[in-house]
Amino acid sequence: MSDHKTMTLTLIVWRQKNASDPGKFETYTAKNITEHHSFLEMLDCVNEDLIHTGKDPIVFDHDCREGICGMCSQVINGAPHGGQDRTTVCQLHMRKFKDGDTIYIEPWRARAFPIIRDLIVDRSALDKIIQAGGYTSCHTGGVADGNAILIPKPVADEAMDAAECVGCGACVAGCPNGAAMLFTGAKISQLALLPQGQAEASARVRNMSDAMTECGFGNCTNHYECMAACPKGINVKFIARMNREFLKAQFA
Amino acid sequence: MQLLKSSIGRKILMAITGQAMVLFAVIHLLGNSSIFGWLPGGINAYAHHLHSLPAPVIIGFRLGLLVFVCVHVWFGIQLTIENRGGRPQQYAVKTLQKATFASENMIWTGGLLVAFILYHLLHFTFQVVSPETAALSHPDSLGNPNVLGMVVAAFQNMFVTLIYAGAMVVLFLHLSHGIQSFFQTLGWSNDRVQPFITKAGTLVALGLFLGYAAVPLTILLRILK
Repeated sequence: MSDHKTMTLTLIVWRQKNASDPGKFETYTAKNITEHHSFLEMLDCVNEDLIHTGKDPIVFDHDCREGICGMCSQVINGAPHGGQDRTTVCQLHMRKFKDGDTIYIEPWRARAFPIIRDLIVDRSALDKIIQAGGYTSCHTGGVADGNAILIPKPVADEAMDAAECVGCGACVAGCPNGAAMLFTGAKISQLALLPQGQAEASARVRNMSDAMTECGFGNCTNHYECMAACPKGINVKFIARMNREFLKAQFA
Repeated sequence: MQLLKSSIGRKILMAITGQAMVLFAVIHLLGNSSIFGWLPGGINAYAHHLHSLPAPVIIGFRLGLLVFVCVHVWFGIQLTIENRGGRPQQYAVKTLQKATFASENMIWTGGLLVAFILYHLLHFTFQVVSPETAALSHPDSLGNPNVLGMVVAAFQNMFVTLIYAGAMVVLFLHLSHGIQSFFQTLGWSNDRVQPFITKAGTLVALGLFLGYAAVPLTILLRILK
């Protein structure tokens, strides 16, 4: 520890036993944190202390810890994933904080995301949107030739930009209306851009937009907070594309 | 019908009715500008021309505007109530990265505009606020409604001028978010044109503010008599 300065931080963390518990903030002290700790590793240290003193550890979602899976889901000082550009919580490092900082840690807050425990929310509403049409129907069987359908590179790139969405739900958490337009827009766009997706494009956008409302998501008011929150930098142009697809579908 | 029920459908209706009212605001401003004298006979002649239009045209135009306002207000309130429920519990720390004062307060600026429009209609259309200067009952020397006299008398009052100028600030806020929102909601946007649309929308809103505020302010400062 001699060559690393350590930090002591005050954490104000949302604790909630289950969906019916009202929940409340608890204050913890994180000690001996170095700038090299990731945010989740810092929480691991705090949890270790909590376990040693016989207390319940802070429950949070995480999986790959390399910024690609989208499982980690915390609102840090009011910003989903901590507010660092294109960064998930697991890739947020403590060098972004300084000794003595007070950090608020809250779960994603949206009507469509009920809290399971502490910082874990139920994001299956996003799966329901996908089930409503976020796929292409195809015959299984023989593997199709790789380049049987030619797709221009810029179109493929655009579809890949939309497909970068990992479905973490930060867009919903960041949206003051709890809307899922950026998520749904990205999913609709990645398929609408490609010939394989175009066959079912009309039914898809109609069904997926209905699913958004049925799942309890709010409506878009073009604040663009979703784009700022997205760890994959999904652009709101995909919301515009979804709106375009929706209008087209009304006449299809 | 999905357009009336779905999230995107109702937003599209908001966008179209809103943009139609922006177009009306532009036409209305062009008409107002006749007060500065570019039209022979000024604003009195302009008012006379408008009132000489066939009755079905006038009634149809007014009914159309009323429908646009009602649809915009109805869905505006409905969507706002739904959106307030979209995040039932707020964060302890509020951090906004892209949202603006204008985008956050559309329902309030919209509500103020409705109140202003009602006052404005009673003031200059139905002319019941100050009947002693009403244009319809005080024709000018040519027999046209004396709109100039009515408007000048109204805006020489500091209080009335402040109401109108203040309402135009509110209009600017509402449209600085609303105009670019229209393009995004109809899908007429992407990452290349979006920054331009946002700037152009704000500029149009600013133009409408300056144009509309010019009439009461020049009268209050006795530049226009």
